[in-house]
Amino acid sequence: MTPVEQAGTASVVEVDSLQRLEQTWKDPGGFWGWFTHVNHRSIGKRFMVTAFAFFLAGGVLAALMRLQLSRPENHFLGPDLYNQIFTMHGSTMMFLFAVPMMFEALAVYLVPLMVGNRNICFPRLNAYSYYIYLFGGLLLYAGFFTNTGPDVGWFAYVPLSGPDFTPGKRADIWAQMITFTELSALAVAIEVICTTFKMRAPGMSLNRIPLFVWAQTIVAFMVIFAMPAVMLSSTMLLLDRTVNTHFYNPAEGGDAILYQHLFWFFGHPEVYIIFIPGTGIVSTIISTFSRRRIFGYTAILLSMVGTAFVGFGLWVHHMFATGLPQMGESFFTAASLMVVIATGTQVFCWLVTMWTGKVVLKSPMLFALAFFFIFIMGGLTGVLMASVPVDLQIHDTFFIVAHFHYVLIGGAVFPLFAALYYWMPKITGRLLNEAAAKWHFWLFFIGFNLTFFPMHILGLRGMPRRIYTYPSAMPWRNLNLLASTGAVLMTVAVLIFIVNFFWHVKHGEIAGNNPWGAATLEWATTSPPPVYNFAELPTVNGRDALWDASPQQPIVTGLDDDCRQVLMTHVMDADPDHRDEFPGPTPIPIIAAIATSIFFIGTIFTAKAFFPGIILTGIALLIWYWPKRQASLRRRKREIWQR
Amino acid sequence: MKRRLLFGTLALCFGILFLASCHGNQSALNSAGPQAARIERLWWLIFSIILAVYVIVLLWLGTALWRRKTTVSLNTFPPPQKDLKPERGATLVVGGAIGLTVLLLFVILTASVLTGHAIANLNSKNPISIDIVGHQWWWEVRYEATQADQTVVTANEIHIPVGQPVVIKTSSADVIHSFWAPNLHGKRDLIPGYENALWIQADREGTFRGQCAEFCGHQHAHMAFFVIAEPLDKFNAWLANQVSTPPSPIDPLAKQGEQVFLTHTCVMCHTIRGSGAGAKLGPDLTHLASRTTIAAGTLPNNRGNLAGWILDSQSIKPGNKMPPNPLKSDDLNALLTYLQTLH
Repeated sequence: MTPVEQAGTASVVEVDSLQRLEQTWKDPGGFWGWFTHVNHRSIGKRFMVTAFAFFLAGGVLAALMRLQLSRPENHFLGPDLYNQIFTMHGSTMMFLFAVPMMFEALAVYLVPLMVGNRNICFPRLNAYSYYIYLFGGLLLYAGFFTNTGPDVGWFAYVPLSGPDFTPGKRADIWAQMITFTELSALAVAIEVICTTFKMRAPGMSLNRIPLFVWAQTIVAFMVIFAMPAVMLSSTMLLLDRTVNTHFYNPAEGGDAILYQHLFWFFGHPEVYIIFIPGTGIVSTIISTFSRRRIFGYTAILLSMVGTAFVGFGLWVHHMFATGLPQMGESFFTAASLMVVIATGTQVFCWLVTMWTGKVVLKSPMLFALAFFFIFIMGGLTGVLMASVPVDLQIHDTFFIVAHFHYVLIGGAVFPLFAALYYWMPKITGRLLNEAAAKWHFWLFFIGFNLTFFPMHILGLRGMPRRIYTYPSAMPWRNLNLLASTGAVLMTVAVLIFIVNFFWHVKHGEIAGNNPWGAATLEWATTSPPPVYNFAELPTVNGRDALWDASPQQPIVTGLDDDCRQVLMTHVMDADPDHRDEFPGPTPIPIIAAIATSIFFIGTIFTAKAFFPGIILTGIALLIWYWPKRQASLRRRKREIWQR
Repeated sequence: MKRRLLFGTLALCFGILFLASCHGNQSALNSAGPQAARIERLWWLIFSIILAVYVIVLLWLGTALWRRKTTVSLNTFPPPQKDLKPERGATLVVGGAIGLTVLLLFVILTASVLTGHAIANLNSKNPISIDIVGHQWWWEVRYEATQADQTVVTANEIHIPVGQPVVIKTSSADVIHSFWAPNLHGKRDLIPGYENALWIQADREGTFRGQCAEFCGHQHAHMAFFVIAEPLDKFNAWLANQVSTPPSPIDPLAKQGEQVFLTHTCVMCHTIRGSGAGAKLGPDLTHLASRTTIAAGTLPNNRGNLAGWILDSQSIKPGNKMPPNPLKSDDLNALLTYLQTLH
């Protein structure tokens, strides 16, 4: 028996203790029970399914746009619908797919497992954040299907999105959807930070935290600093629109540029919020499939931290064309270029890891390697954008569309698929079909390049973004047709993945605890893990927990099995600190989420909804925080001096 | 093998496509002025650097895979052993690569800042000054003069003399637009509440198409303009014609057309100097017939298109601000005749 397996077995635990644990941690069944789940894996799966559904919706919208642009002067979609569709596509992909999937879904599901604990910190807040996210997404799509879809772009620049130029409720729905999704992301950020810093397995000191967990934690910090800026800017927009404030109205002393600063102060970090989890995934998978410890753990970690810091100092490169002072612009050029150093460091470390390892090309590795082809090209064309003069030419053209799809699909979607192929066996207990995975990969890879590479050239040939049609006299016809063809391949590829997913749930090969021979703690438990994650909480002996585990790796004992007890540890060295009782199933989160939604959605239509909304939410929170007699009794009983 | 083949094909395709991209009337890589030319040079410099880096990284990856690929099942691997000795070689390689990256980035930064300074303005004491005002969804073009009656106001066509620096002052009447004539210079946003300026100069004759580059609502797609660079004497003749007030129509049909213009909704939005129509919501039509296109570069300016546009512009450019004008055919005919006299 290898040490890896031993760390994962629960042979020492008595059977009836396991049954009690099962009873304590079980998610209630039934329709109503579904609304009371607070286990991180249940909520994480919901985040994944919902975000993937929005990914598909965003993909359908993209396909419609490609259909419209496949030939010049096409009348398939009019400007009104096209503008709604491209706005919905951008908003869906950024706010309802990329951040919820790359950050919320993966972090909520994986971080507690990877740090070796039984639940995420603040489980009820976690459930609440999911419902808030879901309601925000549904609000946006309810608007779209009732012909009130936002049509001002995912950035909603004022004054176009202001009361004078976009009457009706379209922009309000967009602005409030932002509030929903960012509130959700902020809540998850707090949970992830607390989980990483206070709930790690004993022995997992700061310098032993898996890179994926670090990535999500760094992203959580970015969320905390970036999201308030966009919530502020969209709320000010909402105020301009509903109660006639003049934050952005130049006629009354407001400033249209202020909005852009606030939006991009969030908007650029947003990109890194999306792709830093991707780099965390790539680091994890490259290490596993190169059969080698990651080279340059510290360098990669510092690169991610560096990217996160610098990411807040380069928002102005989205605004070079607004005519800011030259000296200031040069500063932002330099800052933008600095990101290359951080990202380059990670890439070089990965290359060295493979160079000195033994590379096994399984589907997760293929998708991770696509990062090199696609993300790096996107990153390099980003260098062109950092340069002010060149940016003045390519800004707001299809070159930018090409660039950020290379960065975001290369930096998030390919790593996401890598992650799904990699961790799905842990989630469902079965492996996805490898042959189908390879078809998926090659079709997606080729389709992606066919779709987006020609857009570089379209941009250089002068095709601006966000145009619903173009004259046949312009030399853009063939490349647009090529791009639309590529979109077909991508669609087929994603369909293959979906079919593969449904096939594998029943027929996939049984995965076992650790099908990839990987090093992180989630592979120490069964696949899928029991509701309590680990029968006995693991301890950690090195940076690669399972590879470094000794044959007699100790386990944590002494946690009560009659209540949802978790182990809290110290921030620096993860020494055991105390035991904490987490709340069990409760409908409070969804009640609070409904109250919050009434508040948010009500204020779209009338400012009078403000105070009733606040009071309603306040009542929900009051119930939430009301002390529970049973829990405090249990706590009293456990106090040592009582015995 | 498949991977290397794919990589080779991709690289070849990319190369060809990039070379093929430098043509076209609205191309950023087909410069007709000093600023666009400088940007183009900078573009090629950065492009060659990043292409080289891309190729090197992919070769590095390809070699790593080729050297270290194995097909052994993952489960049979023992857990990798802990490496206690410092990996000095690998550290040197990564350090060197980072050093090279920093060096290249400095080259790019320096070149970029220098180019930025060079294109910021052209040295000229007395440049031609043109005001561009963005509207949803057309461009107001004004050649201001010291005497008010010498000011020229036109739309969607910017005439400039070849070889002379021109300063373009930008502003917006409604939302944010972006002025972009790629053959001459990069973009400049037209932001309500802000006035901006950019310098352009055409080094050769030609008609250079430009287009709004900042999303500005429904008809963002149909907001083009033309920069017409012509020799100085031709430019002066054009300017003199634009300054002049068109003579009152003599032809009875055109006279009737003028009455149609003045008694229908046209007069609510448009100006035709000399006729009494002076509204400023829509484009100035004083010399409409001298322009080559209508509706911000959407249609060629001919009788048929003009008729279609007047009757139902919404079917051509949905959402634009001009209402449909269901004129009787006699009236329409007269109006068209009148408009076509406005040279």
